[in-house]
Parts: sequence; C-alpha cells; structure tokens
Amino acid sequence: MSDTLSARGIGVRLGGRRVLRGVDLSVEPGEIVAVIGANGAGKSTLLKTMSGLITPGEGVVTLGGRSLAELDARSLGREIAYLPQDRTVHWPLTVRRLVALGRLPFRARVAGPSLEDRDAVEEAMAAMDVAAFADRAVTELSGGERARVLLARALAQRPRFLVADEPTTGLDPAHGLTLFAQFVRMAAHGRAVIVALHDLSLAARYCHRALLLKDGSTLALGTARAVLTPQHLAQAYGVRATVAEIEGRPVVLPIEPLP
Amino acid sequence: MSEAAVPAWLRDAVAARMSVIAVLAGVAVVAFVASLLVGPTGIGLPQDGEAARMILWEIRLPRAILGALIGGALGLSGAVLQGYLRNPLAEPGLLGISGGAALGAVIAIHTGAAGAFALALPAGGLLGAAIAALAVMLLAGERSGPLTLILAGVAISSLAGALTTLALNLSPNPFASVEMLFWLLGSLTDRSLVHVWLAAPLILAGAALLLTTGRALDALTLGEEAAQNLGLDLVSLRNRIVAGTALAVGAATAVAGTIGFVGLVVPHLLRPFVGHEPRRLLPASALGGAALILVADVALRLFAPFSEVRLGVVTALVGAPFFLWLIIKTRRELGP
Repeated sequence: MSDTLSARGIGVRLGGRRVLRGVDLSVEPGEIVAVIGANGAGKSTLLKTMSGLITPGEGVVTLGGRSLAELDARSLGREIAYLPQDRTVHWPLTVRRLVALGRLPFRARVAGPSLEDRDAVEEAMAAMDVAAFADRAVTELSGGERARVLLARALAQRPRFLVADEPTTGLDPAHGLTLFAQFVRMAAHGRAVIVALHDLSLAARYCHRALLLKDGSTLALGTARAVLTPQHLAQAYGVRATVAEIEGRPVVLPIEPLP
Repeated sequence: MSEAAVPAWLRDAVAARMSVIAVLAGVAVVAFVASLLVGPTGIGLPQDGEAARMILWEIRLPRAILGALIGGALGLSGAVLQGYLRNPLAEPGLLGISGGAALGAVIAIHTGAAGAFALALPAGGLLGAAIAALAVMLLAGERSGPLTLILAGVAISSLAGALTTLALNLSPNPFASVEMLFWLLGSLTDRSLVHVWLAAPLILAGAALLLTTGRALDALTLGEEAAQNLGLDLVSLRNRIVAGTALAVGAATAVAGTIGFVGLVVPHLLRPFVGHEPRRLLPASALGGAALILVADVALRLFAPFSEVRLGVVTALVGAPFFLWLIIKTRRELGP
C-alpha cells in the first residue's frame, strides 16, 4: 500500500456553482505542495476535499489507495490534519487546552490524556513558539499568536498529511519563516504538507511542487520553479510579475496589475 | 505513573474542578435533605408516625427527587445547547421542546382529559414534547447544522406558544384557565411518586445521551470544519442533542410545567469556576441546576408558605436580575 494522498478528476459544485473541475493532485510523503491561485480560484475547496470534509461530486480522493469516503472520521483525523482559514475560537479556552483538542481523534471514549498525548501537545506548542503563553486564554492573544496556536493544534495531531489553508496570513516575517522551517522538518520526517498560499516567494522558496488553479481548473502543476513563471502569474492573477533570485533564494515580485 | 509524569498544572486543574463538583454536589445534597425536612408548617415532621410517614414519602420525597432531576435536566441541557450553538444565550426552550410539552399539557387540561384521569396531564406533555422534537427535526432537514436547527426550534416554539394562548383563550371555564395558567408557571407542588416513576427514567436516559456530547462540543470550539477533522460526526451530535433534550427537558416540563432561566443562568454562573470547555461544564451544570431548583423550592416553602407563588416565577425572578447583572458586567468588560 502506497502512502499517497491522491485526488483524481475532482469536480465540486457548491450551491449550484461549479467550484472545481477535473483537478488532479497526488501528494507523496516528504513533499511540501503549494496550492496557489487568485481569490475564488477553488483553493480552499480543494483543500477541504482532500481532507475529507467535502465529498466531491466527481472524482475521488484516496489515501493509500482507499477512498476517503470509506474511512471513518476519527481515523481520518489521525492521518490528515486540516487547518481552516477561519480562525474563530468560540470559547476563551487556554492555549494548552486548545492545542490538546488536536489529540481528540486519538483519545479513547472516556480515558484521560496518555503520555503520548501530552508529549504531542508540548511538542506542538514548542514548535509553534506558543508555550510561553500556554495558560492564557486564546481569545486574549493577537491575531498572529492565535494563528500559531491553531496551527499547534493541527501539529498536535501528528498527522501524516497537514492540509493548511493560508496559515501565514497575519504572521510576522520571523514566525512565517519559523512556520515553513517546521514544514521542512515535517517533510524530512516523511510527512507531507499541502498549503494554500498567497505569499508566492514562500511558495517558490519552500514548496517542492505547486498547483496553480484558475476558475476551478488546473492552470499549471509541477515544480514550484516551473509553475511560478511570469506567464502563469499573468494568466492566473492578471499581474505583471518578475521572478528573481536574492541571496540564492527565489523571490516572486508582483509589479502591477495587467490592464 | 510517577508523580513527575503528571504536570502540576494538570493536578491543579483536576483538583480545582473536582472541588467545584464536590461543592455543587454538597449543596445539592443539603438542599435535598432540607427539602425532605421543610414543609409549609415549618421545619421538621409531625409527631404522629403515620402522618409523618405519609408526608415524607408521598409528598416531600417525590418533590425533592423531581426538583433534583428537573433542575439537573435543565442545567445540563442548557450547557449542551450553549456549547452546540456556541452562544451563551442559548437555553433549553430554544429547541421548541418545552413549548411543545407545555402545549400538550394545556390541551390535556382544555379537553378535560386531565380532570378525568390525573396522568393525562404529564402524558399530554410528553406527547407534545415528542411531536415538537419530531417537527423540529423534519423542519430542519436531514443534514442540518446548528443554525438551521435553531431556526426550526424557534419556529416550533412560537407556534406552540401561539396554540397555547389559543387554548387559554378558548378555555371552557375560568377554573380551567386558572389551572392552565398555574400549570404554565411551573411548580413541584402536589407531585406524587407516580410522577417520579413517569419522569425519572426519561430524564435519566436523556441526561445520559446529553452527557455523551462533551468532547464533540469541545471540538466545536474550533468551528464545524476543524471539529469534523477531529473526528466529530455533526449529524450524530445533533441527533443526540435533540433526542436527549426531548427526553430530559420534555419529561421535566411534562411533570412540572415550564421553569425558565435555570438552563440559561446555571452554565453562566459556573463557567468562571470550571473553565470554558463545554465538556467540563456539563456535569457541573447538571449538579448546579439540581441545587438551584432544590434551594429555590425550599426557600419558597420557608419564606412564602401557603402562598400561591410558583417555582417557575421564583426562578424567573432570580434569573432576570441575574441577566441584567450579566449585561452590565459584559458592558464593563467591553466598554471604554
């Protein structure tokens, strides 16, 4: 059994509107894959579909050859962690308790947290640099701090596949880089990350591959370098952009909207 | 497991939570005993053995048991619904189930069935609760989320309220109107062990269902999508909440009438002590609700014996000022 998370021929309609059409994406362990595209291109819908939250009308998502629809929700939560774009937290839980929610798919019905649960929580808080305010209420934190706490929840699931919807939005530059360093570490340990992004320089620098969506269809899929070209960016976003290299790292700079 | 394996914060949290539960349980037990000892004639029991036995077993015991069960049902259901809707203003009445139970009981009085045979009143209430729960589920649809469910509940609740006032309006005679009105105000007076046997199994079954929702409600703190990713089955959760509330609150309303504010106020009161995780709030709210109803009922007998003031009126009188205080507190926290 291969350990691939694979979407084939995905078509999704939401409220009568066609949001995705014939999208393919296979993600192998050890990969970081960027999903990019303009607002409304279908990135979030693809991420939800690949996490098993949306059942596609056409096509199938498989994990290790088995359709996600066959897997029960708890075992899915042990394999795939999904981080939504929406960062609302409804009750003022402490940071530690919120991160511990990531262990719910592993907990027996009535048992308390196991040592592994506690390890995973502490490790996730350390990785996202939130341990310093572990006992504060999440609702008192700044937007960027809260984003890191929510990401720590997903890391606490110790997933084989992390599916993150715009996790860097609102993060300061240092924590944005820390976040991707964490993704690189996860990939080195044979885990995979699928990440929707608007920061194309981060995509170019850290992601092995990129999927560029336009109006629900694949515009380009390949290595980040091959996908992030001025031509593609003009087609997908309607901007004139330049791709450069500074200190040996790729930088994507949007210059102006195309007429 | 070695001492070092359990971090201090966890030990403290468990200890703090346990002490809140212990205090609530202690208050509930004391109020339960007080409920057995306090009557309209004062504290204690009459000297006459036979009369004492009758008062204790046939009047005060059913009243105390029902008070504990009904308060527990209301407190628990309120905590569950606030967690499910992620809204601190939610309360058991929102699902339309208590409205349905009230309508069923009022119809039993209106038709004279309650006069013909005493249990027709709670039976009508149970039937009303069941119909309201089914109607809410049908109206909300198979895969509804919290928002649709609550809209359906509010619709059914208003409809049941309108039909209840219609029944009052068309009341066959003044005695029936008074009977309906007093019943709607909510009371534990003159309930027998038969009422206990009727309501207790349903309330306990409903409470058991509601108590299974804790972790799902915790997960919902992160929103529906993240919660589903953590293994939550939203449809099963909704079904357990509607069925559990229909059983627990439906049976409570069927035997005692509508007792407001308990399900709204108790979770609020306890949140600062047990923390904001919905799961932690459930057992505490059940105990707190039981304690509140028992205390209110004992206070009623102590301070206003022989008066016609009803329990539901007392809980509303305590609840409304509390609500005002809550608004002022919130304003102070949010204000400049």
